Amino acid sequence: MSGTPVTFTLNGAAAGGFADPGGNLLDLLRRGVGDRTPKYGCGQGSCGACTVLVDGAPRLACITLAESVAGRDVRTAAGLGDGAGLGALQQAFVDHFAAQCGYCTPGMLMAATALLERDPNPSRDAVVDAIGGNICRCTGYEPIVEAILAAARGAREAR
Amino acid sequence: MPRVETYATAAEAVRALGPGARFLGGGSLVMIDVNHGALGVERIVRTTDPALRGIRVESDRITLGAHATMAEVAGARDLAFLAPAALAVGGPAVRNAATVGGNLFAPHPYGDFAVALLALGATVHVADGQERPLDEFLDERSGLVTSVSFRRPDGGAFRFRKVRRVRPAGASVMCMAALLNRSAGRLSNVCVAYGGMAARPVRARAAETALEGVPLDRGGVRPALERAVEGLDPPTDALASSWYRRETAPVQLRRLLLGEDRG
Repeated sequence: MSGTPVTFTLNGAAAGGFADPGGNLLDLLRRGVGDRTPKYGCGQGSCGACTVLVDGAPRLACITLAESVAGRDVRTAAGLGDGAGLGALQQAFVDHFAAQCGYCTPGMLMAATALLERDPNPSRDAVVDAIGGNICRCTGYEPIVEAILAAARGAREAR
Repeated sequence: MPRVETYATAAEAVRALGPGARFLGGGSLVMIDVNHGALGVERIVRTTDPALRGIRVESDRITLGAHATMAEVAGARDLAFLAPAALAVGGPAVRNAATVGGNLFAPHPYGDFAVALLALGATVHVADGQERPLDEFLDERSGLVTSVSFRRPDGGAFRFRKVRRVRPAGASVMCMAALLNRSAGRLSNVCVAYGGMAARPVRARAAETALEGVPLDRGGVRPALERAVEGLDPPTDALASSWYRRETAPVQLRRLLLGEDRG
């Protein structure tokens, strides 16, 4: 094994791997740690398929230097489930047909998670802004926006 | 693959820079080249120096650390006037990475925030202790930037406008910023800056001259609109042709100056 050792918290558990020289967080997560939920889309920070949360804020894993997350809290779509089942936001995506090919979905989920943690009662415009850096070529975005708004409503009603 | 060197201070990072090295701030520009094998250097130099972070507001002077992110600028309570320019950069995840210092190095058609700083008459502070006007810095774009500072504009004097085809996060067809100082009810010492209209953010000198001493109304700004692109040769790219930029710039400038649509 070669590369720079990087340890961090991944979805609440200690994690670590070896980063290639100049390697990005997406490679570390997918190949070093084995979490394949963040997707490789463009490799230039344009599509959002690799969106993860670093210390609660959305970041594009493909343009995040792997070494820069040492000691930090990283969350991916792999941590959104409710036990063996889907989390509420994931279920809302299913209920509203917000995923077709599904490639953008993990990034959309993480962008939406960051929004809902910051603003449990987002406006439609706030949702559109929150996923503004995430490209979907299947759904036309409306089902995704509806799913996020529905998840917010569900969380409020459950409180 | 390039080797990463992380230094505790900006001074150490400066000493480590040189041939075969490139500085990495937030990563939103440099990591693209790394990913595509196009970096062209053997070493990436970065620093965790806390002096490069943060936003300081001291009386009428505002200093943005080079490592302050667009998200931090957009969320700063004292910088509401600057939020539209910070929010013009990418989507939320990009804004959590993209830094003030990095935006000064962003190639066309990026660098919207640098356009705002240019209109504000910002000064660039580099790690060797020297400082240069941003307009001059943009000629060479060299050195390790530690911060950017500028005088707080009078209330309502700063305007920013971005024109894009894709909303909410799309690259600029063009963007414009203006500092509309006034004296005795007329414009005075106006600064107008464009992005997307040249290889780097530029001042619209002819329009600035035409705005001197005129009232800020339709009649007053008309001569400036006629000179909106004087001396400029806008590029043609995938977003727009040179002709399109040239033809539409006066309309966008009118909207910027008169606040007709802050879009």
